[in-house]
Amino acid sequence: MPAPRTKFYQVGSFAVGNRLLPPEQRAVQAAPDRGNALTSGHRACRGCGEALGARYAIDAAIRATGGRMIAVNATGCLEVFSTPYPETAWQVSWIHSLFGNAPAVATGVAAALKAKGRTDVRVVGQGGDGGTVDIGFACLSGMFERGDDVLYICYDNQAYMNTGVQRSGATPPAARTATTPVPGGNAFGQGKNAPLIAMAHEIPYVATATVADLRDLEYKVRRAMDFRGARYLHILVPCPLGWVTDACDTIRVARLATESGLFPVFEAEGGEVTGVTRIRRRIPVDDYLRLQSRYAHLFADPPRTDVIARIQASADRNIRRFGLVD
Amino acid sequence: MDKPFAITLGAGSSHANKTGAWRTERPVYVDRLPPCNHACPAGENIQHWLSLAEEPSYEAAWRQIMLDNPFPAVMGRVCYRPCESACNRGQLDEAVGINSVERFLGDQAIEHGWTVPVTAQPSGKRVLVVGAGPAGLSAAYHLTLLGHAVTVIDSGSAPGGMMRFGIPRYRLPRHVLDAEIQRILDMGVTLELGRTVTDLAEAMRGFDAAFLAVGAHIGRRAYLPAGDSARILDAVSVLRDVADGPAPLLGRRVVVYDGGNTAMDAARTAKRLGAADAVVVYRRTRDRMPAHDSEVAEASEEGVRMKWLSTIAHADGERVVIERMRLDETGFPQPTGEFEELAADSVVLALGQEADLSLLAGLPGIKVEGGIVKVGPGMMTGCPGVFAGGDMVPAERTVTVAVGHGKKAARHIDAWLRGGAHRPPPRHPMAGFDLLNTWYYSDAPATVRPKLDLARRMSTFDEVEGGLEESTALFEARRCLSCGNCFECDNCYGVCPDNAVLKLGPGLRYEIDLDFCKGCGLCVSECPAGAIEMVPEVT
Ligand SMILES: Cc1cc2nc3c(=O)[nH]c(=O)nc-3n(C[C@H](O)[C@H](O)[C@H](O)COP(=O)(O)OP(=O)(O)OC[C@H]3O[C@@H](n4cnc5c(N)ncnc54)[C@H](O)[C@@H]3O)c2cc1C
Ligand SMILES: Cc1ncc(C[n+]2csc(CCOP(=O)(O)OP(=O)(O)O)c2C)c(N)n1
Ligand code: SF4
Ligand code: SF4
Ligand code: SF4
Ligand SMILES: [Mg+2]
Repeated sequence: MPAPRTKFYQVGSFAVGNRLLPPEQRAVQAAPDRGNALTSGHRACRGCGEALGARYAIDAAIRATGGRMIAVNATGCLEVFSTPYPETAWQVSWIHSLFGNAPAVATGVAAALKAKGRTDVRVVGQGGDGGTVDIGFACLSGMFERGDDVLYICYDNQAYMNTGVQRSGATPPAARTATTPVPGGNAFGQGKNAPLIAMAHEIPYVATATVADLRDLEYKVRRAMDFRGARYLHILVPCPLGWVTDACDTIRVARLATESGLFPVFEAEGGEVTGVTRIRRRIPVDDYLRLQSRYAHLFADPPRTDVIARIQASADRNIRRFGLVD
Repeated sequence: MDKPFAITLGAGSSHANKTGAWRTERPVYVDRLPPCNHACPAGENIQHWLSLAEEPSYEAAWRQIMLDNPFPAVMGRVCYRPCESACNRGQLDEAVGINSVERFLGDQAIEHGWTVPVTAQPSGKRVLVVGAGPAGLSAAYHLTLLGHAVTVIDSGSAPGGMMRFGIPRYRLPRHVLDAEIQRILDMGVTLELGRTVTDLAEAMRGFDAAFLAVGAHIGRRAYLPAGDSARILDAVSVLRDVADGPAPLLGRRVVVYDGGNTAMDAARTAKRLGAADAVVVYRRTRDRMPAHDSEVAEASEEGVRMKWLSTIAHADGERVVIERMRLDETGFPQPTGEFEELAADSVVLALGQEADLSLLAGLPGIKVEGGIVKVGPGMMTGCPGVFAGGDMVPAERTVTVAVGHGKKAARHIDAWLRGGAHRPPPRHPMAGFDLLNTWYYSDAPATVRPKLDLARRMSTFDEVEGGLEESTALFEARRCLSCGNCFECDNCYGVCPDNAVLKLGPGLRYEIDLDFCKGCGLCVSECPAGAIEMVPEVT
């Protein structure tokens, strides 16, 4: 069941709020008293998708748990830009340990809470794609397999951004990074699809979301909190620095990722897909790729139409596989 | 540090880091001119009254219309809707049914008896208005609101001008027209009916200024070779007789000549008077017809036949001879020498109207060109203190333009009477479609107005087009995209990665927190309405 849509209130439920909607039908982000879990003064780049996605997700978790929650953060941009000693931008109970161990620390926090009889306090683990699909992956898989009571959120910006845009296991084919330079960019056929791997663990809840669909993102955090045990949320958070996009295009580019079919937005319970967000205005992958200079080599002279066609084929496959078009 | 056990950092201590220093550009909230407002000849703030209707605050919405136009219920029936042609939503799916909502609001006002209070101090000035058509009545209404004593003189038996004696009842029911005119008269306007002004200088005695709005009533004639027995009438006279007197005898077979809106009204009226056959003869093709598409379509539905590329060569007794035309390279109709005959008991000419300007004779300074009176940008004629508007001045001839002239003239007359000049506020830059982020608007197909069934349309003068119900009117109002004006959707407040948009509360909109705004421009990109712009920082 994707997030319910409000009909015909001028902007429906696509916008954050709307003066005409009763407060309970607006997004958490519309509330004057939203948590602002990640507040002003952080040092993220202009237009950072990860800062935005993290506030969206943790504010929704605060709403869902009545503020009784602890966030465990892996090393990465989110930790570095939010918490340069002696300041922090977090306004939620928050702990950081290492790059590779956030799922394990989250497991430990959950175990401690259980031992203290405080299972009313919920645990959210979070990290970048590198911390999640690469170095932290064994801890994450263990957390899934044991069924620890943690919602783990991966903020996927498709590379190691904090250390200067190196390739990660989540970097898409053909993208230029510091370690996959042009002319080729990143290779095809490698990398991991973390949401599908999470589903293979048959955990209670797995979902994907983007910063371009706030209502859906908030719904998925709320829904994840309905379950106990290990849950996984994978959020696409464009990075103006690493994707080489204009700061003002962060949300647009996330929207195009879903409208092209390259990033399927769905949810799954117990390993089965239970809902997909259908494409509303389908676009060719060109429109998505062209906005990002990390793909500029595909549109050089001569253009790499063969590579673009392969990327289009993978979008088409997603559309078929997840039923993204009616 | 004075912190609880194991707590190393103060929550939100990052507030010490003022990231606003990074900025090279800043977002600024703006109000842009929506294309509907720009297109409205009466100068209505459509976007604003729609936003009030959306709440729903129908009375407030109606009052907003009344600031510019005292005829919402009439507008909602006869206006040719240039606003809807300009509406940005037309590029997304279908234009907002602005006119349908306006009609709904106008009808609500009549039903509930809403009135507009006159609160201005009496100015002690007297203004004469000649002609009680839409231009004259609009001027009278606005001048009264501005505190002046207004007398309207009209030669007709009832006020309204062409709204009453031209536009047929089936498009504008008289009780609607009467209600909106009466509301103006009840504000204290003096109306003298049945009096024709023949000498303006004389009539103006005792008045400080005059507004002329005598319209254009004389049906244009064309040379038409015709036998003695031919019955040839002009459309405006026919329509006037239908409105105010014994209905004219047109016979069973009626031919109407030329392709404007008046021709459609004449042919549809002929049908309602019992004509078995009503044929419109027009020299060019349908796409070149000056009549509006909807009027042509409605006429056709009612059984009016159209003869395109045809002209009347000769008329007598019971028939007219028609010559086929063809369009040359320049699109001009040329005769072909091919003829055909049509049975006709009468021929109605609808070739447009001319103004009777005899009342101006002897008035110094007045300039007449091509049968119409020249006016300056403030609607003043060459004769100081004498203003003019509506069909008698150069402009499009519609009720809405006339109403707009009345308003504009009233404001300039007011300024003139007070010894100043009226300066309209500067216009905001346009809110073009490309400034919108239409992703956020739900798909919402336009609502359609109900229509009377055909049998009753063809046999009675009952109103053809119905209005919207409350729920559909509300829905239609809410289809508005609020182009160029914040409608408090909270998008900017939501999408800022730096929490640098402050929400000020209902009706108060938002403010940028320049201590923390890094100038990324996300709020600008994601504002659905194009109500924020980026401005370079001055360094
Ligand atoms: C058949 C027909 C259908 C139309 N349909 C539409 C429509 O659907 N929508 C639309 O927007 N427009 C329509 N129009 C055009 C519209 O009616 C006119 O543009 C509009 O009425 C002009 O307003 P006005 O105030 O300038 O003049 P008028 O409405 O013509 O009013 C002038 C008034 O001045 C009075 N008058 C004239 N001379 C004197 C005098 N010397 N002394 C005293 N009084 C005098 C007349 O009696 C009359 O009441 C239609 C016109 C016609 C003919
Ligand atoms: C064991 C270890 N290796 C390397 C690093 C350096 N390091 C810090 S953050 C980071 C990359 C983070 O990438 P990702 O998890 O994708 O987060 P992002 O910064 O992109 O949000 C790396 C390599 C580290 N802190 N610890
Ligand atoms: S969408 Fe609304 S504001 Fe925009 S042009 Fe149409 S009616 Fe006017
Ligand atoms: S984003 Fe919404 S709330 Fe913000 S200025 Fe635009 S219309 Fe107003
Ligand atoms: S989104 Fe926030 S940081 Fe970016 S320009 Fe707008 S107010 Fe400034
Ligand atoms: Mg990353």
